[in-house]
Amino acid sequence: MTAPAIVADGVSRTYDLDGVSVPALRGVSLTIARADYMAIVGPSGSGKSTLMHLLGGLDRPSAGSLVIGGRDVAGLSAQEMAQLRNETIGFVFQAFHLLPRTSAVENVALPLVYRGLGARERRARATEMLARVGLAHRAGHRPNQLSGGEQQRVAIARALVTDPSVLLADEPTGNLDTVTGESVLALLEELNAESGVAVVLVTHDMEVAGRAHRQIVMRDGVIVQPAPPEPSTEPEPSAEPEPEPGSWLPRPRRPGDDA
Amino acid sequence: MRLVEAWRVALAALRANRLRSGLTMLGVVIGVGAVVVLVAIGTGAKREVEQQVEGLGSNLLIVVPGRIDFGSAPAVSRMTLADVDAVTRVVGDRSRVAVSVTSGETVRAGTKSRFTSVLGVLETTPQVFVRTVGRGTYLSRSDVDTGRRVAVLGAAVSRQLFGDRDAVGQQVTIAGVRFRVVGVFTPLGQSLGVDRDDEVHIPVTTAHRLLGTNRVDGIVVKAPDRERIDDLGDRIVAELTRRQPDTEFSAVTQEQILGVLGDILGVLTGVLAAIAGISLLVGGVGVSNIMLVSVRERTREIGLRKAVGARPRDIGLQFLLEAVLLTTIGGVLGMALGIGAALLVGALSPVPAAITWWSLALAFGVSAVVGIVFGVVPAQRAGKLDPVVALRSE
Repeated sequence: MTAPAIVADGVSRTYDLDGVSVPALRGVSLTIARADYMAIVGPSGSGKSTLMHLLGGLDRPSAGSLVIGGRDVAGLSAQEMAQLRNETIGFVFQAFHLLPRTSAVENVALPLVYRGLGARERRARATEMLARVGLAHRAGHRPNQLSGGEQQRVAIARALVTDPSVLLADEPTGNLDTVTGESVLALLEELNAESGVAVVLVTHDMEVAGRAHRQIVMRDGVIVQPAPPEPSTEPEPSAEPEPEPGSWLPRPRRPGDDA
Repeated sequence: MRLVEAWRVALAALRANRLRSGLTMLGVVIGVGAVVVLVAIGTGAKREVEQQVEGLGSNLLIVVPGRIDFGSAPAVSRMTLADVDAVTRVVGDRSRVAVSVTSGETVRAGTKSRFTSVLGVLETTPQVFVRTVGRGTYLSRSDVDTGRRVAVLGAAVSRQLFGDRDAVGQQVTIAGVRFRVVGVFTPLGQSLGVDRDDEVHIPVTTAHRLLGTNRVDGIVVKAPDRERIDDLGDRIVAELTRRQPDTEFSAVTQEQILGVLGDILGVLTGVLAAIAGISLLVGGVGVSNIMLVSVRERTREIGLRKAVGARPRDIGLQFLLEAVLLTTIGGVLGMALGIGAALLVGALSPVPAAITWWSLALAFGVSAVVGIVFGVVPAQRAGKLDPVVALRSE
């Protein structure tokens, strides 16, 4: 197998709020393999959003090691982090986060702008991606001319136009009705199966999470299920226990060393 | 991100908020427009004064009692025709010496009258100054020597008293005394709001009898060339001082007058431009303010752009270009406004306005710099936004 897309080892994230340290994440270890399809579930405040921000390279851990696309984020500058996000991560948000007054095809092409591609190539790739999510006929429409489901499809096309290795979806169906949400999930699964992009769903909806190949349950900043420290009963047969630190690393570097 | 792309994004952002962009620009438009129009008026005034002083003739030396000192009251002249003769001896050529004694008098012809400047002069005036007679002749040496009651009318005086009729050969009365019109000047037009055609020349000897005086207000000497002008001035002042040891005399050249006037007008223009510059500065502060609001408003957009790979400097550049675009578009509009206002002022008022390339270039350059200076802080703030915080904001 190829190297995993993301490896988190003992990752913690502490926020400093007016001089008080608030731990949002306490020693989370996690591996996202290529073509993975997994869900991170937990109640609000469990730290799942913080974990998603870390996995997406939007934030850096306070402690522990985080390797995204083979690169340890601890040593990266803000510039390099931006480039890393551009090349390896795709984001899908609950609120879609499309640019208003901008056509669907231009929204999809946005990440390519920051890759430095020319207008013609951006448009070609974005058009192709829109077709893959079934919105070729909506290319010139603006977000306010699209339904919620269509907007989320545009957002998915935008997330995948850079051909990332991981797609992070934060409550992707949260703003959609059940039928539309179902079709969006089906699209994600289809893309996951076709292109091999790892899909990570962050959700509090157990039904949504249940569709993933494996689930991680978080509470109070730690992963409670599967519970690596206490290898007790595993209710989910599909959830593999976390591999030993280091065993999944094909390279000699040990990210756990600088924790 | 490519620069072209950044410009496009900035332009789109300005278009999205047309009214706000327009109002923000207005500050810069007014500032740049004010700089352009005020510099144009100042430059125009300076150019006009130069033309007027140079238009008098070349290599002129103006001899007056007292010190030529702008700001102090002019000294009362005690020079007489005898002094003029002495100056003529120093110069060695009567045709190079002109004098004047001026008085405001009412000139009448039939039922029409005009209050105008009556100048008592020598017949040499057309040789010293640039004055040409359009109809008839100028005063002659014998007119001056014998004190004849003859007059040469300015074009405006002639028009008022005789309309389109030929004034030459007609009778006029000046201060109640009858004069025969021998000539009419070619029109010179207005300069600096003064009608240069509004004067009447009579022989200086006749003027002395009419006014009951023997003084001359000033003597103007045309030097043979530029090199000898200062030396000639020194010798004239020395001769006059020898004759009237108690009185101070000065001889100034056109260059000296131009220098002083130019300095005054230069300072005036500078002060006007500086005041206009303050409004440009205020416009810049407005741009800064709006950009800060814009950054706050578009926090989520910034967060999203960062999430998809925008680097801090991409975001910073986007907002900086937006500010620069605001001020440079404002600068171009301000230049148009300034040029329009300057042309309007030039057309509708006696104040001349000269639009100079350097003032346009300066105003545009300053507006671009204002955009950069006042755009940097908001742009840096946008670039440094934490993407996590930015994405969460409402």
